[in-house]
Amino acid sequence: MNDVAAERELVLAHVRYLLALADDTLVASQRLGEWIASAPELEEDVALANIGLDLLGQARALLTHAGGREGRGRDEDELAYFRDERDFLNVQLVERDNGDFAVTMARLLLLATYLHELWTALLTSTDETLAAIAAKAVKEADYHVDHARMWVLRLGGGTEESHRRMQAGLDAEWPYAEELFDDSHIAPVVLETGIAVDPATLREPWLRRVEAVVDQATLTLPDSRPAVTGGRRGIHTEQMGYLLAEMQHLARSHPGASW
Amino acid sequence: MRPANPTSGSAGSPAAGGRPTRVAPPSRPGQSHPGSAPHRRSSRSTDLAREVAGAVPDPEIPVLTIEDLGILRDVEVSPDGHVHVTITPTYSGCPAMDAIRADVVEALGREGYAEVTVALVLSPAWTTDWMSEAGKQKLVEYGIAPPAARDPEGPVALTLSLRCPQCGSPDTRELSRFGSTACKSLWVCNSCREPFDHFKTI
Repeated sequence: MNDVAAERELVLAHVRYLLALADDTLVASQRLGEWIASAPELEEDVALANIGLDLLGQARALLTHAGGREGRGRDEDELAYFRDERDFLNVQLVERDNGDFAVTMARLLLLATYLHELWTALLTSTDETLAAIAAKAVKEADYHVDHARMWVLRLGGGTEESHRRMQAGLDAEWPYAEELFDDSHIAPVVLETGIAVDPATLREPWLRRVEAVVDQATLTLPDSRPAVTGGRRGIHTEQMGYLLAEMQHLARSHPGASW
Repeated sequence: MRPANPTSGSAGSPAAGGRPTRVAPPSRPGQSHPGSAPHRRSSRSTDLAREVAGAVPDPEIPVLTIEDLGILRDVEVSPDGHVHVTITPTYSGCPAMDAIRADVVEALGREGYAEVTVALVLSPAWTTDWMSEAGKQKLVEYGIAPPAARDPEGPVALTLSLRCPQCGSPDTRELSRFGSTACKSLWVCNSCREPFDHFKTI
């Protein structure tokens, strides 16, 4: 393979890696935004909005970076609003309906703990922009993990009903966590060049941290099999279409609109 | 809180369009703005531009300037009069950044700088240690408990006790880790019963 073709392949693999990261944070942010005015208490409306906003900021930086690396003139808005469902590479964990508050907290615990491990590992990425995004995001993720942890502890160790629902939330989300550690979408070249982190290496530290919270919350770590997913290949659940319709319709109905 | 996307039903959508200035993507660390390097600094003009840009108040906490907050990274004026301003966000998703960009352009415009580019950089990541001592003092006077000094090697410090900025009592408790903006948490004083914001240490 000549140098030009090799460089082209690296760029494509790099962009694909960045888009998967961006889409996880963008879609998770969109779902968290749905809680605004519907959370159990006012402080929680504010907390989930803030966590969503952090994730949205991370997504914007990642999308902007991906568009720049791709070099075809696509900016963050083009990538967020004008890609179709099959082009989104997020895990199915983040796109499914929110469920009740316990489901959301279980999901946030699994996701934020993974993201905290990921951002920590990406601090030394050879992609300096990605490392800079990680340096901001890791501090934000720390707060997100802590928020989810406190709620899981409170609900798990609360009343019989809150315990039951927290366990049900964990059971519902657990099968979808495995996809976070799927590395099949990451081309070897972005790992060899030190741009990407192999998510499979994050599984052990992630599991230790999640298990500690689950134990302390008097809950049981599910032993269910991983769900059949495909988010990293653009295969999504039915709920993803509705999420995108809501997120994208304005920009598509009024191209170039500004306010 | 200012929604990131006022016309959307939820706050979880990317902002689109309507930006007052062209914004460069995050630069690599150690790489200054592409337009600034080859030019000789016009120091007097740069000093004035820096003063003007630095005096722009933060839209969320107007008692602080962006200089106090430590989010103004660099101001340079090219020989052709073009001002290159570099700012950094406190939090990745800080919705005030767009307003700050617009305010910087407007403030410099009033001083006769017609050409202004505001670039956003992420590295090195902002921490509350970038905030000036004067800024922290202004926060207390404004009724916001300032951030503590960080241990650069340690994990994010979880603040266990804070002094009430209203009555000075140390008998306070955290109501919510997330406050009215991304950078603040919500506290209440057990002595004077007043709620107050705390600028989180990150």
